[in-house]
Amino acid sequence: MLATAPPRPAPPATPQRRRAIGEVLLAVENISLRFGGVRALTDVSFDIRKGEIRAIIGPNGAGKSSMLNVINGFYHPQEGRIVWKGRVLPRMRPHEAAAGGIARTFQNIALFKGMSTLDNIMTGRILKMRASFIEQALWIGRGRSEELRERAFVERLLDFLEITHIRHTPVGKLPYGLQKRVELARALAMEPELLLLDEPMAGMNLEEKEDMCRFILDVNEEFGTTVALIEHDMSVVMDISDRVVVLDYGKLLADGTPDQVRNDPAVIAAYLGVAHG
Amino acid sequence: MIYRETGQFRTSYAEDQAIFRLRQDKIGIAVILAIAWVGIPLLADEYLLRAILIPFLILSVGAIGLNLLLGYCGQISLGTGAFMAIGAYAAYNLALRVPALPLLLDFFLAGLIAAAVGVLFGLPSLRIKGLYLAVATLAAQFFADWAFLRVPWFTNYTPSGSVTAPALDFFGWVVDTPLEKYWLCLAFACLTAILAKNLVRSRIGRSWMAIRDMDIAAEIIGIRPMTAKLSAFAVSSFVAGGAGVLWAFVHLGSWEPLAFSIDMSFRLLFMVIIGGMGSILGSFLGAAFITVLPIFLNQAPALVGIQLSTAMVSHLEFMIFGALIVLFLIWEPHGLARLWQIGKEKMRLWPFPY
Repeated sequence: MLATAPPRPAPPATPQRRRAIGEVLLAVENISLRFGGVRALTDVSFDIRKGEIRAIIGPNGAGKSSMLNVINGFYHPQEGRIVWKGRVLPRMRPHEAAAGGIARTFQNIALFKGMSTLDNIMTGRILKMRASFIEQALWIGRGRSEELRERAFVERLLDFLEITHIRHTPVGKLPYGLQKRVELARALAMEPELLLLDEPMAGMNLEEKEDMCRFILDVNEEFGTTVALIEHDMSVVMDISDRVVVLDYGKLLADGTPDQVRNDPAVIAAYLGVAHG
Repeated sequence: MIYRETGQFRTSYAEDQAIFRLRQDKIGIAVILAIAWVGIPLLADEYLLRAILIPFLILSVGAIGLNLLLGYCGQISLGTGAFMAIGAYAAYNLALRVPALPLLLDFFLAGLIAAAVGVLFGLPSLRIKGLYLAVATLAAQFFADWAFLRVPWFTNYTPSGSVTAPALDFFGWVVDTPLEKYWLCLAFACLTAILAKNLVRSRIGRSWMAIRDMDIAAEIIGIRPMTAKLSAFAVSSFVAGGAGVLWAFVHLGSWEPLAFSIDMSFRLLFMVIIGGMGSILGSFLGAAFITVLPIFLNQAPALVGIQLSTAMVSHLEFMIFGALIVLFLIWEPHGLARLWQIGKEKMRLWPFPY
């Protein structure tokens, strides 16, 4: 996978791109997470800078998804801390992470199956809505105006992700690739500062992968959203990410630009095994 | 051919978000409302109003209440009868002990009391799901049955335990004929349907559905599971409480705790399942199915000229009714509302195959 990929030029580190990447947005410091005797993460530290695309890679069971779960509050690590925008985050629930500006998609699609595409994405706007119960029940005041305002916002997202034609379709009926896109749209609807993508391209064909790459890059450039993604497709990771974290058996193996990581002996060993004799 | 959206363009999001989007739907609902408000009062006799239409409307309200909880928020409840009972007895006691209050305010406060108790019995939903929650809400049912049978204060120390509702006096409008009662119930049913529909197409409804479909993902996008679940219990119990008030004050007049037994909870549950979970229309269809079908089955043998003994008829009624429910759930587990949906899809294309 890694070694067989043809040599490709490093991502164009244009001056604009360098300037777009700012200060540290989120730092995980010395995180250790255990489930009983199983050590999912051991003393992992890395940071995510504002505006960058950060990839987290590693073999199966390396602790990548656990890391995302720690960041958005599903798991609480036994040791270590998370610094979000310069502040140490207290132990929090996922909905508090959402309110703080962290959105995420799941490895297995986690859409609301009984609802239409539109309604799914509208749920992403829930934190932006303030209408009181009475206003909602009577469809007056903010109850109505917010629905229309957010609908207009969601329509722009539908347009951006090229899924306007399925707005009224129940998501359960959509093909896999489109479901993944709807899930991305729902996360984007939150206007997050940090977007966590757990294997956004798993199970896609080449064309769908290319589409998804384009969307991730567009999101990053147009909205300035910081992206942290887990992905197994190395060509994707090397192409679109600014920096890569490599985890193996819950430990940090390497951290650096795609080129540095690609040539790191420890990474090559973990992925391909070490030659004996 | 007739049911077509061809040529009807929606040019604003407001139009696209309307409850009835198609001109045909708008005409349809106007016709139904006209029949309900004017046509039926002109044609229906007292029996039809008293025995079929009034219970149908009240149970529709109850079914909407349960549907908000079960169909939209995905929390199974077997305690709807209990919340109806709480509404009914709360309104009775308020009318009895605080006579100064206008009756409409009594009804509203009774709904609030039912909502408060609903939230209390909804607390287990924060920890348990599915059938286990159903068993926990069953506790509400047994608690209400016990309380209204054994605590004489609730029934004003009447020796038989049976209580009688005061006259229905709404700011001078005394509702006593079946027709007036019908209009009153119809007004409440229309109001409940509109408010419930508005709620489910707003933020709160979406947060309920998100919890129903995938609670983990709901939490990720910022929905507080506790708020969503307890608000569903509160609103559902409020509506159920209102239905209980109507059932007791308007339909029964005088009643005993047995009127709101577990049978009532099951009837409402069947209405929601058969009508269609997650559909306001389904609540009405389910209520119609459950209230009208037994009466129809009861009359059917006589109508086609078959002479059967009364006992035979009532046994047959139960058997056919049960079989129909089972068959129906196999054929169309999503209920009558889904059948209607499929029918509409077919009508759009008819007479062409696609």
